[in-house]
Amino acid sequence: MTAFWQDPITFLRLWLEGLLLSWGVPASWVLVIRFAVGALLLATAALLLVILQLWLERKLIGRIQDRLGPNRVGPWGLLQPIADVLKIFTKEHITPAGADRVPFNLAPVLSVAAALMVWAVIPFSATVMGADLNVGILYLLAVGALGELAIILAGWGSNNKYALLGALRTVAQLISYSVPMTLSALVPVMFSGSLHLNVITQAQEVWFVVLAPVPALIFLTASVAEVGRAPFDLPEAESELVAGYSVEYSGLKFGFFYVAEFLKAFTVSLIFAVLFLGGWRGPGAEAYPVLGFVYLMLKSGAVYLLMILFRGTLPRFRIDQVMDLNWKVFTPLALILLMVIALADYFLRGTFPFVRVLGLLGINGLAYVVLDRLLSSRERLRRRPVAQPVRPVARPENLITSSDAGGQA
Amino acid sequence: MGHEMLNAWLYIGLFTLVAAALPAIAIFLAGLLSPRKPNPIKDATYECGVETVGPAWTQLRVQYYLFALAFLIFDVESVLLFPWAVAYQQLPLFAIVEAIIFLAILVGGLFYAWRKGALNWQ
Repeated sequence: MTAFWQDPITFLRLWLEGLLLSWGVPASWVLVIRFAVGALLLATAALLLVILQLWLERKLIGRIQDRLGPNRVGPWGLLQPIADVLKIFTKEHITPAGADRVPFNLAPVLSVAAALMVWAVIPFSATVMGADLNVGILYLLAVGALGELAIILAGWGSNNKYALLGALRTVAQLISYSVPMTLSALVPVMFSGSLHLNVITQAQEVWFVVLAPVPALIFLTASVAEVGRAPFDLPEAESELVAGYSVEYSGLKFGFFYVAEFLKAFTVSLIFAVLFLGGWRGPGAEAYPVLGFVYLMLKSGAVYLLMILFRGTLPRFRIDQVMDLNWKVFTPLALILLMVIALADYFLRGTFPFVRVLGLLGINGLAYVVLDRLLSSRERLRRRPVAQPVRPVARPENLITSSDAGGQA
Repeated sequence: MGHEMLNAWLYIGLFTLVAAALPAIAIFLAGLLSPRKPNPIKDATYECGVETVGPAWTQLRVQYYLFALAFLIFDVESVLLFPWAVAYQQLPLFAIVEAIIFLAILVGGLFYAWRKGALNWQ
């Protein structure tokens, strides 16, 4: 029996199993109870994490924007998100007239559920893992797509043109970005030879971000877009679409779209950490699984901080820029890199690990530079003007005389 | 092995139930706590104060269909590539070159769509 401080979760699991068996519960029911308790605890922990995220994100964004962020409720404003949750809990739920009630009410639930369900297969440490599916990565991609369904349901159910338009744009963006995301998720599968997330973690003697930095970069950027966060936050571009698909929602139903957004942000950080940053791997993680959990949280926390930094510092893309970036840069880049890496790794397979790492690193860099030159020489940098290049300009001589002719700048 | 796989799916099934039940129960409880005072103005479709014209479920631009089609092609393609990627470490050069040709055809298709202007957002 493992010691408690070595692996607390396995210790508690064994204790619970022993307790139930000693009460005379049949073994198959013990399994069901164990799974149910595990699922309930994990899902609750994930939802509670969102409260912490809300505080962290508001505080950091505040600092980036030269504000203080929440600082009134509790020490350092730590209780602010709890106050917000209590407030939103007591707000009225408005259902717009003519709304399609079933999709309208299903959408926020599905949105949160889709983000939560990913947590079922994440290997948190060497011993603690919800379900070790043999199709782990496919499950991640499939469940991730459920969130898009929730957005379409919300847009369709609201009986609002802005909501529908916002939902369609969002889904167009999300499905587009899942293409390079899936293509770069193939690279860890190739290196590890498995779809098991645990096997992928264990295969990362050298983190895959070192072996394949460019696919990792594409995966990270595509997952930021997939979550719909800034700079890809067109879904909630207030200035263009009111608030996108969530315009008709109020109270906790609206709140759950936000919970889902924050949860998804941390979830993709987790996925990135598992696929490219070695998951729970680290010194002593095999012997002390609790350390592995700490490593995974530190890694995904670092990725999440990077995402907050993106949000705080980058301006929002326009919709055509978002689509161009995906279809004209990321997708060809990911496809061609996949071919290059497949061929390169075949020849580097038998060599020393050191040579292999350097070789793959060099090939990644080379492929990136060449492709960047090729792609940017064509359409990428040719910006299409959105307005007349010559605009009316206010000048001293035409301020009074002409109102619409404008200056001839 | 087969039994363990079934157990894994049992866990996924239970987790799905929990993941759907937690927000559903929370919304239900919030519905009990929150006030309920509907009126026609409040329930009207929100368009920043302008009165709504026509139904919301209008015809949509073909643009979205084109992107959905492009997505479908590449998604199905990547599903076909996953088994290849799993076996990659044991594959001979021939199989790898085959997959590369498969990818090259897709890159060709992508550039064709690009040239045709199907990837331009209008």
